[in-house]
Amino acid sequence: MFDSFDQFAGTETYIASDDLMASVNVAVSLARPLLVRGEPGTGKTLLAENVAAALKLPLLRWHVKSTTKAKDGLYVYDTVARLHDSRFGGGDVKDIAAYIKLGPLGQALDASSRVVLLIDEIDKADIEFPNDLLLELDAMRFRIDETGREVAAVERPVVIITSNNEKELPDAFLRRCVFHYIEFPNRELMSRIVRVHHPEVTSAVLDNALEIFYGLRSTPRLRKRPSTSELIDWICALRKAGVDLSRVGGGIPFLGTLLKNEHDVELIGKRAKA
Amino acid sequence: MLIDFLFELRAKGVPVSTHEWLALMEGLAKGLHESSLDGFYFLCRTICVKDVAHYDAYDEAFLSYFKDVHRAALQVTEELLEWLNDPVRMATLSAEQKKALEGLDVQRLRELFEQRLREQKERHDGGNRWIGTGGTSPFGNSGRNPTGMRVGGGGGRSAMQVADERKFREYRRDVVLDVRQIDLALRGLRRLGRDGALDELDLDETVDQTCRNAGEIEVVFRPPRRNRVKVVLLMDVGGSMDPHSELVSRIFTAASRAGRFAKFRSYYFHNCVYQAVYEDAQFRKPVTVADLIAGSDRDEKLVVVGDALMHPAELLDAGAMYYAPAARASGLEWLRRLAAHFRRAAWLNPEPDRYWTGTTIEVIASVFGMWHLSLDGLAGAVRYLVRGGERPAIGKPERWAKTS
Repeated sequence: MFDSFDQFAGTETYIASDDLMASVNVAVSLARPLLVRGEPGTGKTLLAENVAAALKLPLLRWHVKSTTKAKDGLYVYDTVARLHDSRFGGGDVKDIAAYIKLGPLGQALDASSRVVLLIDEIDKADIEFPNDLLLELDAMRFRIDETGREVAAVERPVVIITSNNEKELPDAFLRRCVFHYIEFPNRELMSRIVRVHHPEVTSAVLDNALEIFYGLRSTPRLRKRPSTSELIDWICALRKAGVDLSRVGGGIPFLGTLLKNEHDVELIGKRAKA
Repeated sequence: MLIDFLFELRAKGVPVSTHEWLALMEGLAKGLHESSLDGFYFLCRTICVKDVAHYDAYDEAFLSYFKDVHRAALQVTEELLEWLNDPVRMATLSAEQKKALEGLDVQRLRELFEQRLREQKERHDGGNRWIGTGGTSPFGNSGRNPTGMRVGGGGGRSAMQVADERKFREYRRDVVLDVRQIDLALRGLRRLGRDGALDELDLDETVDQTCRNAGEIEVVFRPPRRNRVKVVLLMDVGGSMDPHSELVSRIFTAASRAGRFAKFRSYYFHNCVYQAVYEDAQFRKPVTVADLIAGSDRDEKLVVVGDALMHPAELLDAGAMYYAPAARASGLEWLRRLAAHFRRAAWLNPEPDRYWTGTTIEVIASVFGMWHLSLDGLAGAVRYLVRGGERPAIGKPERWAKTS
């Protein structure tokens, strides 16, 4: 276990707000999964990578899709390979364990030392998916039915779960997590974030860019508001093309990096003309 | 320790459980709050609050508990207050009666209160059971029950506690549904079939075929099972539906989930369907009923969510609608056309079903099978949509025949 509480304080490339750091540290000390929600593009997935980097632990990722089953995360029994081997030879068919492949959660629990496990976009899967993981996340152990082997974590992994708020998660699941909602960064935090990615950008250029960016975000009726990652891409594009924002009048250059929706581009176009 | 804060949170509607509270205690024992109030604020929020929607309520609870902000006791809904503020003076109770009533504790009192609220249908003054003014029932205003619960403002000194508005709403939440419950109810709305690409291994068939093939491997694939049900959802928005808008959006959220139905479309209407329904809730993109019918398979399921409450003229008179002047047929006629096209249609009504009779709901329920938008009602509607059967009969729609 960790002795001191303040383990995670962001990394060189990832700026976290104070309350986010506090939440991460609470989750680490209490050894409970941390559920992170927030607008897309606020760095939910990156958080796990950076927690792993900051704590110097290996990271395992589990990207959940609509077809993902809870059991897939634990292990998959590759029947086809075994069938194939039984016919064509190769491999020890009698050894079922050779055909059991641990999934990301299984690997995390089987690891000999502490790891960070990212369960990305848990709300993409079936509604019962989180419930199927309750026991495993609680006890940090599971059983492989085919071989009867018990896998139990030596040290409880740091579990970071992200969700896009698409679905409500079951209460029983929520009860076992600690929760953090990543708010959209304010200007001050945002300029620190941009600085990390583009250290050589001058203050004047950054101010201009943020002015336009927050202006765009506050436009009413926008279907998808640009997020942090889009701002960083945009500034990157501006720098590569050598565009000086203070000299550009009227339209916004490289609008396509900020807005990803036809309707939004049209809307901003109209507003610029008006 | 801090138990009062736990109850403060729960009272503000933040669903904190013992589980979380114990975790918080563990966190405090480990010193995760860094012995500061700010630290405690974040620690407690991280552990106890699982939804952004509750952050505000958490702040409120935090303020009122720690800053000792005096918050006026929250009020019961206007209606209830109105009649409770008008007490009827009752005779003082005898010592015996008081003694008998003193035995009730707060928990039991609350339970009883909610139960009574559910049962009670009208204003009540005096008496010893219902919630009302005067009287010896443990609930109400200006009563004479020594351990009673005061409802709303006013004098009544003997009441132990004021029932607050949130408690009242909580009770409503028990009746209506959250997204998850709707989700589970909608799970019944499916007819599974295998079609599409062959991308699932059929293990049993593979073993079978391999054996028939004298051990030569024969891998058999099959298409995965998918829901074949197609749904058209019509939602009433605005006006008398405003109080139910949250509920309707929950239905929409649950129903529109990716992969739930083979095809899902949703439209909005206001009050009643006249000539067109709309793709957006701002009524900018009309789709005529004729187009909707032409573009829908008869086997698609039509689900309407609305209170079906309107002035009779809005339903029964043709061409009288100021917001749909071109609609030459009456609202009821448009509804009939929809009901006639779709083989199975259901109307979900958020109005409590005891208010249905004697209103336009009766008439609409004679065209559409109508269910109350509760867990039971939703289950009934889903059963009907999938398997058919009897539609519930509501009131006496014949009585409207003369005017239509």
